[in-house]
Amino acid sequence: MVEQKLMGLNGDEAVAYATKQVNPDIVAAYPITPQTIIVERFSEYFADREVDTEFVAVESEHSAMSSCVGASAAGARAFTATAANGLALMWEIVYIASSLRLPIVMAVVNRALSGPINIHNDHSDTMGARDSGWIQIYCENAQEVYDASIAAWRIAEHLKVQLPVMVCLDGFTLSHTMENVMTLPDDAVQKFVGERPFIEVEGHMGKGELRLNPEMPLTMGPLDLQDFYYEHKIHQVDAMEQALKYMKNVDAEWAKVSGRSYKYVEPYLMEDAEVALIGMGSMMGTVRHMVDELRAEGVKAGMIKLRLFRPFPVDAIKKAVGDIPVLGVIEKCISFGAPASPLMEELMTVYYHDKEKPMIANYVVGLGGRDVSPDMIREAYKSMAKIKKTGKVDKLSTYIGVRGD
Amino acid sequence: MSKERTWQELPKGAVSYRPSMEYKTGDWGVDAPKIDLDKCVKCNMCHFYCPEGCIHVEEDGTPVPDLEYCKGCGICAKECPVKAIEMVRK
Repeated sequence: MVEQKLMGLNGDEAVAYATKQVNPDIVAAYPITPQTIIVERFSEYFADREVDTEFVAVESEHSAMSSCVGASAAGARAFTATAANGLALMWEIVYIASSLRLPIVMAVVNRALSGPINIHNDHSDTMGARDSGWIQIYCENAQEVYDASIAAWRIAEHLKVQLPVMVCLDGFTLSHTMENVMTLPDDAVQKFVGERPFIEVEGHMGKGELRLNPEMPLTMGPLDLQDFYYEHKIHQVDAMEQALKYMKNVDAEWAKVSGRSYKYVEPYLMEDAEVALIGMGSMMGTVRHMVDELRAEGVKAGMIKLRLFRPFPVDAIKKAVGDIPVLGVIEKCISFGAPASPLMEELMTVYYHDKEKPMIANYVVGLGGRDVSPDMIREAYKSMAKIKKTGKVDKLSTYIGVRGD
Repeated sequence: MSKERTWQELPKGAVSYRPSMEYKTGDWGVDAPKIDLDKCVKCNMCHFYCPEGCIHVEEDGTPVPDLEYCKGCGICAKECPVKAIEMVRK
């Protein structure tokens, strides 16, 4: 473990500071609330010559992601950051980045999608991008944001993975809230991320590294029709499976350097729990607080924080859930017209064929930044206790904290 | 579809492992040009207009469409000043 320095950083600053230490080749970004601090801080590092990065002040998020795709294809380390509508605007290029297997790292400061316009936190932006082929890590606090912003490069560039990574942090709750963050020295971060490695591919001129190189020309992103597109999509399926296999090695290496170890899924007091919530992001801190309160009252409550959403860590989730009778899925997202919200649907899917499985109920909270209070979490646990008592789930989805029944 | 590589055999990142010349696109077309060489004045307009560049010109000026690449767009027939090209079903 290396010696570390305690800093006061908000979530956005934690991203910017970690990215400064990584010193990527290019940062192409457009400011959008609540991500703006990331770009502002980084542009200061650039102005002060604290990084060797090419800072591209683009005119939109579509251009930001396009620049990252071009730079990453040329072999550079490319970083960008966005939120909500910015992510929506870069949409088509988001898919191109993953299908071309470009290990771009993007911080997404989770914010409600318009409209009506709202700048505060929920998960509707990145949940919408769940099928885009990007790895998605959700952070609970600024420390996790710092750590993930460094580890993400090694995950993305892992020779078996080669996929872009979204580091997701809750808008304002994390992005604008100052916390204690333990930071590594620059050289330790540099040593950890090393140089970007490349996989070998067979191009039309022979074998070479997967990057644009005049000495060894490659065609990247050509027209891909009925006869090849499907196979290339299976490549992405395989890459996600590989990511699930190899991400834990990167996490373990980071634990060795930083002393902080992360799991895909982090259970809390689950051994004897009878009711538990599973969810992602900063609200899981409030859930942990409520679990402690409920335990003090004699309720056998537990919780599972899901850190990794893509790839979906099925085995780790099932191991953490164990044989609990009732599982509540807490989400800051609605999939309009769907039977339930995304995380709920995926959990139902992975449990459908199991004989032994928990009763599962969906609790939607905090849309548009509405505060997720301890009382709301308590309401979810109360509802789960009722499900346990009656033995049935009356309502698949409950909207907690909304006015009106 | 001809016998192609499996996904495991294909290079990652959807990189093309062969030049476009080896990717025959002639079967995309419904029609193909049929050139009446009695009418043809060897002006080579068809050669210049062909968006695929698949109408070759022989030394004496005779145009020869390469049907392995011709997508049957019919531009050559449209542009031929002496109406020597007719589009026929492939």
